[in-house]
Formats: sequence, C-alpha cells, structure tokens
Amino acid sequence: MPTAIECRDLRKTYDDKVEAVRGLNLEIQAGECFGLLGPNGAGKTTTIEILEGLLAPTSGMVSILGHRWDENEREMREWLGISLQETRLSEKLSVRETIDLFASFYREPRSTDEVLEELQLTEKADSWVGKLSGGQRQRLAVATALVCNPKILFLDEPTTGLDPQSRRQLWDIIRVFQRNGGTVLLTTHYMDEAERLCDRLAIIDHGQVIAQGSPPDLITRLGGHHVVEFLVDGNSGGAQDVWRTLPSVESVREDDGLIALNVKQPHLTIPALLEAIERQGGKLQHLTTRQASLEDVFVRLTGRHLRED
Amino acid sequence: MSVAQQTPVRTQPATPPPTQRRNGRWAGYSHLLMARMLELKREPEVVFWVFIFPLLLALGLGIAFRNKPEGAVSVAIVQGAESAQTLLQKSPQANQFKVQVLDAEAAHQGFRLGKFDVAIEPGPNGTFTYRYDPARPESVLARAEVNDALQSAAGRTDPVPTKPVSSSEPGSRYIDFLIPGLLGMNLMNSGMWGIGFALVDMRQRKLLKRFVGTPMRRGDFLLALASSRLILMIIEVGLLLAFGALFFHMRVMGSIAGIALIAGMGSLTFGGVGLLTASRAQKIESVSGLINLVMMPMWIFSGVFFSYERFPAIIHPLIKALPLTALNDALRASILEGTPILHQWPRLLVMIVWGGVSFVLALKWFRWT
Repeated sequence: MPTAIECRDLRKTYDDKVEAVRGLNLEIQAGECFGLLGPNGAGKTTTIEILEGLLAPTSGMVSILGHRWDENEREMREWLGISLQETRLSEKLSVRETIDLFASFYREPRSTDEVLEELQLTEKADSWVGKLSGGQRQRLAVATALVCNPKILFLDEPTTGLDPQSRRQLWDIIRVFQRNGGTVLLTTHYMDEAERLCDRLAIIDHGQVIAQGSPPDLITRLGGHHVVEFLVDGNSGGAQDVWRTLPSVESVREDDGLIALNVKQPHLTIPALLEAIERQGGKLQHLTTRQASLEDVFVRLTGRHLRED
Repeated sequence: MSVAQQTPVRTQPATPPPTQRRNGRWAGYSHLLMARMLELKREPEVVFWVFIFPLLLALGLGIAFRNKPEGAVSVAIVQGAESAQTLLQKSPQANQFKVQVLDAEAAHQGFRLGKFDVAIEPGPNGTFTYRYDPARPESVLARAEVNDALQSAAGRTDPVPTKPVSSSEPGSRYIDFLIPGLLGMNLMNSGMWGIGFALVDMRQRKLLKRFVGTPMRRGDFLLALASSRLILMIIEVGLLLAFGALFFHMRVMGSIAGIALIAGMGSLTFGGVGLLTASRAQKIESVSGLINLVMMPMWIFSGVFFSYERFPAIIHPLIKALPLTALNDALRASILEGTPILHQWPRLLVMIVWGGVSFVLALKWFRWT
C-alpha cells in the first residue's frame, strides 16, 4: 500500500524557546484512518498543521503522497481536505454559499448538493451559518473539506465540544469517507473516538511519539485486557508489593487512593485479592472490573490522565 | 441516523462522471467577491456607516453652517439704549438686523449663549457701548455692521461711495467645501475599516488560514477585496454627490469619469494603507487602535471640515503629503472647479506613492495565519 503521509525527525521550535515538536516520525498508509492522540499542549495541532503545509517545520522532512510542500504546494492543495481546530466561517453566509465558495477554489470539486446530503445539511442549506448548532457548524467545516473530493482528510479535534449524537454523526461521515478509499489523519483527546475510528494511533506527549500501533495492539502491550480497581479502608501503605504478587497481575498503579491492577485473568486475581485484603485486616470499600482502554495505556505511559492540562 | 445507511452516492475519484463540475480560472475570484458583497449587504451596520452616516453628517453640517438669510445679525439692545433701535431702523441696512430689546441680565445671558452676536448697552452721556466677542467672527462682523448702520443713520457720510454685491452662488458656500471633504473622509474610513478590519477579523477567526489551506490564489483574494471596495466606492460617491445636488443645489463642475477615477484611486490608496495596517495584527482590538491612530492626523490636518490653510504655512508641505489631503484637494478641484485630471498629477502621485508603498510592504509582512 502506498504511503499517504510521511514525516521524519520533525521538529518545531517557537521563538527559539518552546519546543512544540521534538523529533517526530510518522508513516501513514493510503486508506488508513490514523489518529494522533495526546493531551492538550502535546504538539498535536502543531504536527498536523506542519503536515498540512500551513506551518513550516524548524527541521525535518514531510512528504504527502510522495510530494514535498516546497516543491508542489498548489497541486497538493487540490488533494487535501482540511478542517482546522477552530475556524469561524462567515456568519452571514448561508451553508450553501459557504460550500460553493470553498468549492470554487478547486479545479474539479464535487457537487454542493451531494455534499450537503452526505453531511445531512440539506435542510439547512439556506440557513445562515450564524444560526447553526455546534454540531451543524462542525459538519459544515467538514463539508468545506470534503467538497474538493480530497484524497486525504485532515481533521484537528473534529468532535471537541460536541454532544454525543453529533459526535456519532461525524464518526459516520469519516467512516464513509474512508470506505470510499480516503485517507484520514485526525487528532483527538477523546479515547473512545480514537478506539472506534482509528486503524492506527500514535500517542503523543511533549512533542514526541511515545507509542504507536492499532488500539487493540496498544492495549495488549499494556499487559492485560482487564483492569481491576478497588478501594481499601485503613492504611495499606507499602501494600503495592502485595498486589503485584497476586496471580495474573501485570502492573499496579495508584490513583487518588484508588488502586488499579492490570490483569490478564480477573477470575484468578479477584479471589486472591479478597483474601489478601482480609489477611491485612482491611475493609473493601469499592471493587470494579472493566475492559482496559486507551486511557489506561496513556496513564501507564505518562503517569497522567489524558484530559488533565 | 447513520450516513452509512443512506448509501451516499459519492463519485469515484478515478472515473469522473460526465456531469463533473469544473472551475475556470476566475471561479475563486468571482465567488470571493460575491461572498464579500453578500456579507456587506447583510450587515446593517455597514450600510449605515458607509452610506447613511455621511449623508446625515452632510445634512447636519450643511444646515448648521448654511448661509444666513437677510436680517441674520442678531442684536440685543439693553434697556436704556432704545435710541439705538430707532437709529438702526432708520439706517439703509435696517433689514439686516434682528433686534430685541431686553434688560441687561437677559441680554448678557443671551450673548453668552450665542443667541446674540452683539449687545448694545447704554453708556454715559448718550453714548453706546458694544459688547462683542473678538473670538467669534460673526460677533466681530456684527459689531462693525451695527456701528456702520448707527453712524450712517446718525448722519455720517462716507467720503468714497461704494456699492456691495453679494455672492453666495453654489460653488463657494461651506456645503460645497464640505461635501468633497466628506467624500474623501468616507473613502478613507471605508478603505481602512473595509480592508484592515475585515482582514484582521478573518485572521482572528482563522478563516485566512483555512483559505490558505485550499488552492485559492492569494492574489485573487486580495483582488476580490479591492474590487468590493471599488463597487462600494461608486455607490458612496454617487449617493453623496446626488444628495449634495438635490438638497443643497450643489453643482458638479468636473466630469463624472474624472471624479470616479480620483475616488477610485483614493479607495485603492486607503485599501493599501488598510492592508499594511492589518498585515500582522492578530486581534481586532489592536487593529482598531492602529486604524484610528493612522486616521487621526488626517481627520485634523487634511481639510475635511475646514481648510488646512488655517495651519501655519510652514507645515503645509507636510499636510499636502498626506494621502487624504491629496484626495480631498483633488476631489475639490475636480468637483468645484472642474480642474482636468491631468493638471492634478502631483496629488495623484501622492496617492499612488502612499498606496503603492503600503501595498508592497503589506505583501512583504502579511501574515496569512
């Protein structure tokens, strides 16, 4: 499969001080939906804007479908659909006028009606942008990207701040684009979004890729598909060693008094856990088990939660 | 709910159907221009400030400073000086005076408020005292006129016979001076705000960055912005001149084409200055301050409301080097005197230099993101 987006040793330093991106490598295949996942300030937006050719890197190589920004910009723009993190489109233009305007910049755009229908904006075609809901605005932003019939779609935090239903609508739109052969690069700080949409992910922190792979792959690498979380009454300081020796436990972490065990086989761990607590004379306050998520991967890798700033 | 169930009819990129939409070279330009005009039309504030406000200003100032009809010198006569009233009525200029007799306090009060131009007070031994304000031209004038009238009514004969002919033809009145000035000021305002403010607003909204993410030609974008200014300019100039002609019987001496050319150059000049002002600002608050800073000296010096001849002659060359002075002078010469455009080349050159240098610097510094 050909490479859609590639970058090597990408660096971006602002004002000779702030290192937003520090040696980042990515290789995204055509037809893939690839996610950049990371907390705010991790360098996701800087990275995606460099790949979009909107920001010049301090150093490093970027290649889009085998072309370089400094050689072939105008032609490359014809292939890319872009939705920035936050663009406020003109409020006094209608939805149709806005899509028509963006379509007019491309040599061979799609028909506006088709795009309106695909993004479920037909009913709103003649409404002013100022009158749209957050979800409709975001769909319009994606519509202005899709109207050019792009080969690659760049979406910077497409669903931030949207209600669950609007998010799901956007996910469907992205899947349809991908099913038709498009390549997607999106950034998100929503774990569930990354898990559901992306074929592969790069977890970014402090301007570097700290882990890369498919969501199930990353979770497996965490060392256990299950998480057992519990809370014990009374001091259990130093008890971490005890939890770690329980059967089937891969790793332990403590988070606000809540202890989380990454576990391969919960049915082996839990009876042993209860026994150990009783032996210590502690009292169990809380116990849950759940599937491990990317959030666990992230916390494991960075020691921080994804939504913390 | 899901789009997937609606079976989208996407075209395959590899095989475009015969109905494939194709855009020509100027599609982007024409859509940008249309979008800009639509936005302006849908913004009531723009319509007011660009079109209505200058008309109101012209109307208000035109009425306030209209040439006063006969009998416009208003005179207060303080009780005890009534003989002055009799004399004034006997004088040949009697119909020029609007006389009121009242007590000293009321007369002073009225004089202070500008209701009277001069007050005649009784002096000792049948003499009169004129109370006037040397700082008010009409007061100085009133004192001279009243004195003349009183003296001639009392029997003074002038050694040299003279005859006044009044001239308040259209073309030499304040409103005639004012309208070209307002036109120039309006072209400056709408150029600076229409280009400078609009650009920073789009930059702040990240719309410029979004546009740059498409194959849009950046030159087309600027061209569309300039074109929208020229279209508005035609409406602005037409409205204000038609208004002056209808309400104040103003006569336009120069050719319409010449005036349009000067106004168009003025628009583009201030469009260029506006572009430069907006080349780096990230926030509309900061560009608003900048725009006012740039325009302020021109409001004062460039002869919008009053002639810059009032400033010391030593700074006249500086004043004439301002783009708004050049525009106002050119408009006045063309509208009021019908001066051919070729004779105005130094003024046009001033505008071209300001506009051109601003444009080149703006392109060098301009930030799209």
